[in-house]
Amino acid sequence: MTGRFEALWVYLSASPLLFLFLTLVAYQIGVAVQKRAGGSPLLNPVLVAVLLLVGLLQATGTPFARYFEGAQFVHFLLGPATVALAVPLYSHLHRLRGSVLAVSAALLIGSLTAAASAVAVAWALGAGEETLRSIAAKSVTTPIAMGITEQLGGLPSLAAVLVILTGILGAMLGTHTLNLLGITDWRARGLAVGTAAHGIGTARAIQVNEIAGAFAGLAMGLNALATAVLLPLIYRLIAG
Amino acid sequence: MLAHITILLGCQLAGEAIVLLTDVPLPGPVIGMVLLFAGLVIRGRELGAFGDSARALLSHLSLLFVPAGVGVSVHLALVARDGLAIGAALVISTIVTIAVTALAMVWLDANKR
Repeated sequence: MTGRFEALWVYLSASPLLFLFLTLVAYQIGVAVQKRAGGSPLLNPVLVAVLLLVGLLQATGTPFARYFEGAQFVHFLLGPATVALAVPLYSHLHRLRGSVLAVSAALLIGSLTAAASAVAVAWALGAGEETLRSIAAKSVTTPIAMGITEQLGGLPSLAAVLVILTGILGAMLGTHTLNLLGITDWRARGLAVGTAAHGIGTARAIQVNEIAGAFAGLAMGLNALATAVLLPLIYRLIAG
Repeated sequence: MLAHITILLGCQLAGEAIVLLTDVPLPGPVIGMVLLFAGLVIRGRELGAFGDSARALLSHLSLLFVPAGVGVSVHLALVARDGLAIGAALVISTIVTIAVTALAMVWLDANKR
């Protein structure tokens, strides 16, 4: 019997269908778990799905490349979905009027805070130079963070890991942090999460409130630009 | 629906092309978002069914990050060396950034002229 199951697994896992299916299932389990826990942001569905899938891949000895053959169809949709973020922004454009300066200034402050605080804490706790160079761009969307990190002399693959971890942390911790501070303006809440936690934070913001989602998407794009321009400049000034 | 997906992919494709041609430090899809936004503003009408399609795609945005999240696990050993410093830096920096950005936005918006 076990032999048959193994043969079936070997057959199915060779086709992209199995891991595409399992990615959708794992995510929906994540959503159900979060719902069961009263919608607690700490039980982030991305985190739950990733843990389930990583466990499965390890238990079955499946290499990531094999998994990605199926999961790439989901991954591919990130591009058009990012483009689609223009829609909530357009719908709530009137909420930006009169606040363009406040949004721009808050974004710049947040962008610098993200890089400086990460480097400062890691340095204070004795992290190595490679880590410090790789953590500075951790709040920026992955491809840009990897490019910036290369310019700073860090490790792009480490930066990619830190970016994803930061995104999940932002989605988990944003709601509680903002509630604790008594921030009720959805624009400010979205802007903050999009600046600190790029697309994963934006995904969480959209599920909570569309205005927050619109401003999170805006912040994600602007922070990518601000960080890409400012970080290499600051680095050159310091490194002299 | 088909037309809507074509518009989104067209904007992304144009965005990728602009990135390749100009070396602007942004991902192609983000430029695509700017292009779509500009197009919507110029058109200046209600979104209608296109808005519904876009919202349907965005309502599962979290799902789309799952493959990248699983990919990270392959390189998780990179984090091991400075594990404690990295963990603390990410948690503290994320909370501080969210707090500072939101407070700055609220304060600046309340004190604008």
